[in-house]
Amino acid sequence: MSTATGRTAGLVDRLYATFDSPRRQMLLMVAIVVVMAVLPLVMGRYATTIMTNALLYVVLALGLNIVVGYAGLLDLGYAAFFAVGAYSIGILTVQFDWNFWLAIPPALVAACLAGVIIGGPTLRLRSDYLAIVTLGFGEIVRFSARNLEITGRASGLSNIPEPSFFGYVINSYVDFYYVFLLLAVMAVIASHRLYHSRLGRAWLYVRHDEDAAEAMGINRVRVKLAAYVTGSVFGAIGGIFFSVNLGAISPESFSFEQSVLILMAVILGGMGKIPGVILGAFIIILGPELLRELGELRLLLFAVVMLLIMLLRPSGIWPERRH
Amino acid sequence: MPAFETFLQAIVNGLVLGSFYALIALGYTMIFGVIKLLNFAHGDVYMVGAFVGFGVLSLISGVVGAGWFGLGIAILVSMIAVGCLGVIIQRVAYQPMLSAPRLSILITALAVSLVLQNSALSLTDGKYTAFRTDLGFGGFEFGRLFISHQAVVLVAIAGLLMIALELFVSRTMYGRAMRAVSIDKDMCRLLGINVSRVVAITFLIGSGLAAAAGTMAGAYYGSIWYFMGFLIGLKAFTAAVIGGIGSITGAMLGGLILGLLESFGTLVPFIGSEWKDVFTFSILILVLVFKPTGLLGKSEVERM
Repeated sequence: MSTATGRTAGLVDRLYATFDSPRRQMLLMVAIVVVMAVLPLVMGRYATTIMTNALLYVVLALGLNIVVGYAGLLDLGYAAFFAVGAYSIGILTVQFDWNFWLAIPPALVAACLAGVIIGGPTLRLRSDYLAIVTLGFGEIVRFSARNLEITGRASGLSNIPEPSFFGYVINSYVDFYYVFLLLAVMAVIASHRLYHSRLGRAWLYVRHDEDAAEAMGINRVRVKLAAYVTGSVFGAIGGIFFSVNLGAISPESFSFEQSVLILMAVILGGMGKIPGVILGAFIIILGPELLRELGELRLLLFAVVMLLIMLLRPSGIWPERRH
Repeated sequence: MPAFETFLQAIVNGLVLGSFYALIALGYTMIFGVIKLLNFAHGDVYMVGAFVGFGVLSLISGVVGAGWFGLGIAILVSMIAVGCLGVIIQRVAYQPMLSAPRLSILITALAVSLVLQNSALSLTDGKYTAFRTDLGFGGFEFGRLFISHQAVVLVAIAGLLMIALELFVSRTMYGRAMRAVSIDKDMCRLLGINVSRVVAITFLIGSGLAAAAGTMAGAYYGSIWYFMGFLIGLKAFTAAVIGGIGSITGAMLGGLILGLLESFGTLVPFIGSEWKDVFTFSILILVLVFKPTGLLGKSEVERM
């Protein structure tokens, strides 16, 4: 029994190793993008919408991966950044009649500010305190959205106008599929570049040994803050396009469950590993679709799987190699 | 209602709420003391406690009725059963993770919380369950001030449990061992203390107190559902932090302070009931940022 599992694990590891070579990984990525680009031509409307959602989660999970996977900070309120992006667009386009593209820079600035506001004073805290503060912050954002006039209270904002791009109105489900595919590809490239950058190595160092990192001249608070702000920008970009895709947003889209779902995608796939996180995002979205007949039980199944993964394979399905 | 009576009423409401917070905060603080883990699942243990208490009361109400006697038995059974559940959680999920990085054990705790929540969700279809009792609606009236018998008895039960805990921790062998383990686990092992058993007892007591709070809150507010532990868990954690995490007296104090703060907060025009939760979380963040050791906690360096 144990040798059998040992052999499968060896096989799986060899399979991963095959795709761990940078050139093969590049080829695989290009192949996946080409397949994804062709998919809407053969898929129906429902399947395309689901895939669009999965691509949104790829962007969000890659953003959270920077915070949790790269910098090792547990963020339980990531949906707040997602909400800041979505609500900034909603408020500016619906309440103030701004053009969508003009509203993007302020939305990104708002997300950076949110990252600094929550990160600045709290990043010095112990890791578990930080987790609970981010959770509290996420709930504060959601409660504020539910209570404020400008965010449309509990019913949220609706009739968010569809953006047009040089006269072409982005409005069909296929258009949005390609928008999110583009965003996901950009998020992958950005994550990859960050991972191999000086900042990426600083994150790695801080994650493994904060004090040693500091002794080597890394400013840990600044490096962690950079992770926070980068993650919040990814989240906000997801939120910005989420709001125009749906055309309506409400506080319940940004609940604690949303944060947990994104976190699950990161953990299932493998913290810190880009292909792993992408895999995780697809499992999170497509899994429940495939298990539809299970109803409420599928959430329980997910939770049990998450627990088992933490106990048996704590670094995820497709773990990170660089240690 | 005249201002003075409103004030007194707020104190009464705050005490009831505060004793629930305190009972849950005790579990957070004790578990944190012995294994330095923020047990995210603790709020959901409270929820399970409410459901077990409800189940027991429904089973026995035909024989002993759903009055105080029945509720007492329900609280007791729920405390024992959920205390054991706490030990199982610790043994299955946390014990193997103790040497793992802190991030992993936090995520494991979160996963346990989701397993408990979604089990309850699947069993109840996500609906509210009415928690019916025959405790009556009597109470003491002082002018326009009304204090229900329920409130008095529940606060008294909570008080008794806290006194019992205080005696256990300060007078018994295991209580002393618990305090020792929270100071230096390795030294305790060298001195022949069965650390693993002490940790199990801590989970047993912490989870049992949460279960008592869950059953009492269910009876007091009249309904229970699978998500009831999330917000109160977060708030009880806030209470533990206000009092100073790791300090048992601090958790009791923090719970009462938070209950009173919240109950007075709803009287302030700018906060009201809509902003009540934002108010609580702001307190949490402010305390963590400016005084992370809380009122009675000891400062501690994060060890590697």
